[in-house]
Amino acid sequence: MPSILNRLRPYAMVAPALVVFSLFYLYPIGYMIHLSFHEWNFISPVKTYVGLNNYREMLADDTFLQVLRNSALYTVMTVLLATGTALPLAIWLNRKSAFHAFVQGAIFSPHIISLVSISLLWSWLMDPEYGLLNGLLHLFGISPLKWLNDPGTALVSLVIVAVWKSLGYNTLVFIAGLQSIPPELLEAAALDRSKPWTTFRRLILPMLSPTLFFLVIINLIGSFQVFETIAIMTQGGPINSTNTLVYYIYEYGFRFFKIGYASAAGVILLIIVGTLTLIYFRLLSRRVHYR
Amino acid sequence: MSMNDAGRRSAIGQAAGVRRPLAVRRIRAVLEAMLFAANRACMLLLVCAFALPFAWMLSTSLKTLPETMIFPPEWIPAEPVWSNYAVAWNSGPFLTYLLNSFIVSVGILILQMLTIIPAAYAFARFRFPGKGLLFGLVMATLMIPAQLIFLPVYLMLSDWKLLNTHLALILPFASSAFGIFLLRQSFMQTAEELIEAARLDNAPEWKIMLRIMAPLARPVLVTFALFSFITHWNDYFWPLVMTTNESARTLPLGIAKIRETEGTATWNVLMAANVMLAVPVLLAFFAAQRQIIRAFVYSGVK
Repeated sequence: MPSILNRLRPYAMVAPALVVFSLFYLYPIGYMIHLSFHEWNFISPVKTYVGLNNYREMLADDTFLQVLRNSALYTVMTVLLATGTALPLAIWLNRKSAFHAFVQGAIFSPHIISLVSISLLWSWLMDPEYGLLNGLLHLFGISPLKWLNDPGTALVSLVIVAVWKSLGYNTLVFIAGLQSIPPELLEAAALDRSKPWTTFRRLILPMLSPTLFFLVIINLIGSFQVFETIAIMTQGGPINSTNTLVYYIYEYGFRFFKIGYASAAGVILLIIVGTLTLIYFRLLSRRVHYR
Repeated sequence: MSMNDAGRRSAIGQAAGVRRPLAVRRIRAVLEAMLFAANRACMLLLVCAFALPFAWMLSTSLKTLPETMIFPPEWIPAEPVWSNYAVAWNSGPFLTYLLNSFIVSVGILILQMLTIIPAAYAFARFRFPGKGLLFGLVMATLMIPAQLIFLPVYLMLSDWKLLNTHLALILPFASSAFGIFLLRQSFMQTAEELIEAARLDNAPEWKIMLRIMAPLARPVLVTFALFSFITHWNDYFWPLVMTTNESARTLPLGIAKIRETEGTATWNVLMAANVMLAVPVLLAFFAAQRQIIRAFVYSGVK
């Protein structure tokens, strides 16, 4: 008897967690795929099977194509800026002193406050009439911008907010990566009178590549899911210039009650996130020299 | 810092037998000092890019409405208007929001601790058929964001009549793949001898888990708790989707809603509300900066 209990014990221990994951993560994904082949308005008791119609309709929808373009553009700009500037910043700020800790803390601070705070604050900073940013431009004699109110600058404005929020996090992850490089290697490079640029390219960058890679993927996935800043700052406007995938799904699901159609858009997001994740794990398993 | 560098470099120079004239060394020292000052100045400029928006939020929260409509903007209000805070607080059921935020964040944390500790322990310490598959399942959910599954989960919770309840905000996060991953690493590092000794003493398995392993993993548990609490305290997306009723809504939603009740352009009141939402978190951050940074950065290096 006790031996059977012993054998069952590990299953009992992992069961609560697995029940939560199956119920709220795995099952919903299957349910969403199922719904994407149906038409349903949430109230009616019948879900009509429509095959691939939702997908066909979506791919023929100019708004959806614009949404995809916006998402891709927003993601590429955010990832390039947020990881591209974080690396030099990390090399610059990588010291263990009270002053450096203070600077690191300051640039990290937006990461721990609510996106609601950040969105409201930046809506006000970017106010076209009385905002501080236009005040700053005025100081340099530049004429005011309309920021979020202009379809030409709205998406870029949201990118600025995203970079402001994630720059500190990215920098500190890079710093953690830099600090995990064995100091003997750096000392050896210094003894060999390796030029700083050579040391960076031949030693630091390869050692840092898993970190870089992790950050790029995390930022890619995060940017594709952007919702809060859009819901609070622009509601997808002006004229859909900031409408992105998750906001689109949200609107179709909760405002227009086209559940099947919204699910199909969700499946597209699933494919994007899933592909990125697979690429990440594939490349990760190839890089064995790290740790 | 750079003084040390200078010292080391001149020491190397001396060891190599190169002794520079005094004047050259002096000029060098002055140059190094200037470089040092310039470096620090640039860092302070960087800090400004992050501190000024918060200072601006504080300044606006103490202005009269006409004072917010001055261009170019002015920093110091003539007379600080503290009543903006009262207006913001009274614009909605903020005590309810605050209480809901606490119930939800703490509720999630408690359930997570109950589910991740045994799961991480089992994955770290036992061999059992199907372990690899089950752990793969856990890791797969690590990559599934809430933004991907909110629609089907909403429909499920609606079927179960759970919308607009605390449970709708708590249950989906009752476990955490990230937590299991983090804690498993820590459990695997616990010395085998310690556990063997306890087993020889015939200590029951749950006692080993709670009395030996969990206390040893305390730093990791604290790290995870900080991460989890802050994440869910700040969350806007999930409560927005799962609740429509004020009685179940949380603080971030309440703050965002002030734009509807007080008007979109009442920036002084909005910023007062924003100070109430952001400043406690910022203060906590500066009190426990190292811990909190580790909590968030952990996910990046481990």
